[in-house]
Amino acid sequence: MIKSSPLPTGVTVPVRDEERKVSNGGVQEGLVSIGLNAWYGRLLAIRNINIHFEPKHVTAIIGPSGCGKSTLIRCFNRLHETVPGARVSGQVLLDGKDIYSPGTDPVQLRRRIGMVFQRPNPFPTMSIFDNVATGIKLNGGMKGSRLAEIVERSLRHAALWDEVKDKLRNTGTDLSGGQQQRLCIARALAVEPEVLLMDEPCSALDPIATMKIEDLIRSLRETYMIVIVTHNMQQAARVSDFTGFMLAAEDRAGELIEFGPTPQMFTNPKDKRTEDYITGRFG
Amino acid sequence: MTRRELDQKLKDLQDNMLLMGSMVEKAIEKSVEALKNRDLQLSRKVVEDDTIVDKKRLEIEEKCIQTIATQEPVASDLRFIIAIINIIVDLERMADHAEGIAKISLMIGDQPTLKPLVDIPRMAQRANDMLRRSLDALVSRDVEAAGKVCADDDEVDQLYDQVYRELLTFMLQDPRTIDRATHLLWAAHNLERIADRATNIAERVIFLVTGKMTECGTSKY
Repeated sequence: MIKSSPLPTGVTVPVRDEERKVSNGGVQEGLVSIGLNAWYGRLLAIRNINIHFEPKHVTAIIGPSGCGKSTLIRCFNRLHETVPGARVSGQVLLDGKDIYSPGTDPVQLRRRIGMVFQRPNPFPTMSIFDNVATGIKLNGGMKGSRLAEIVERSLRHAALWDEVKDKLRNTGTDLSGGQQQRLCIARALAVEPEVLLMDEPCSALDPIATMKIEDLIRSLRETYMIVIVTHNMQQAARVSDFTGFMLAAEDRAGELIEFGPTPQMFTNPKDKRTEDYITGRFG
Repeated sequence: MTRRELDQKLKDLQDNMLLMGSMVEKAIEKSVEALKNRDLQLSRKVVEDDTIVDKKRLEIEEKCIQTIATQEPVASDLRFIIAIINIIVDLERMADHAEGIAKISLMIGDQPTLKPLVDIPRMAQRANDMLRRSLDALVSRDVEAAGKVCADDDEVDQLYDQVYRELLTFMLQDPRTIDRATHLLWAAHNLERIADRATNIAERVIFLVTGKMTECGTSKY
């Protein structure tokens, strides 16, 4: 556990478990954003986002296109800043430590906060084995049976092992779309991240492949903190423990409108805008 | 999900539920009228017509299930459908109570009633009024009006007490009246239950609007 100074005074971050906060000496476990803003050039894409993702929980971020959902999660592993002209203000704390502090290496950070994208993107020239092994090799040069062990464990975690164990030397792109996405998840898991960010991971998949990924998300929840951006509200309802609803304000900056336990968000949302969005009255 | 299609389906569910409500209201009214006027033919009609109410309930329930399956409703849409599913059960049971009163009337047969009926028709009127207002509250999503329906249950309970005491006096004075007095007591009990069901509907209205499950009052019976 990385220790750091307590949260700035006067800042309210959604806390779901006061006990945990207190027992941890004032450091909020998990991923927390405080007053997070992100820009593309002059355009403010997200404004003043205060959110808290807890370990071993799945949080879904929903909202209409252009509301800043993807930008938000790209701020959580410092991918946003890789876009020319993009910048961020505010704080993002992982287990109490600011990931934007000067001493943080973004590459190392992305080991701890993995990401899975909308379209499966296995390394096209690499075998299934190497797709999973590359991240581990880059991070420590592990070889041989230990490497094979981690590759197998990652593929098992991603519920893909049984389907690929006899063809580990085939290229990753030989697999079906759903299998490729699970391969990408296995690749992300191989480096043992703490957080898995998923940006619409099922939108390019058929219903069966989607179901498998959803099952996988539920099982990964036991070990990881998962944040999933989805356009499919039923998916958010099915897989997540907490849901955040984002909406773009008049100046197009995305704001977090409501955040709460998923069952409550889908049966009795507090904010009319959430209600209107999830019932299909706009968006 | 097509919002327009879902809106249409929700409206259709509401219309059908209101139709069922008016069928139940008529059944209650006719059952007590038949009991009061010793109109056995009308009592038989109430018994027969109960199957129409039963069918209506199944039809609405089927529509609710189809809407859930095909439209995946959430939030207030989902609460509305769940409210409807519960309300139609209450309505069906209310109709069963009306049928019960009609059957009591048939059991009494050709005998004259013990006394001219005053409080029992009054109970029926109050219960029906509660039913009507609970459904109105649903249509207008009016929590306050729903709360008033719950409060009015006490009045029906008081009338029931009155009927009970009066019939008990008859029975104490002349044991030969026990049979006929008991029949009337059963009829009054059915009406008391009908009013309780109306409060259930009002509680569903509160759930629909606020999302909170409440027991808005504890009936004496």
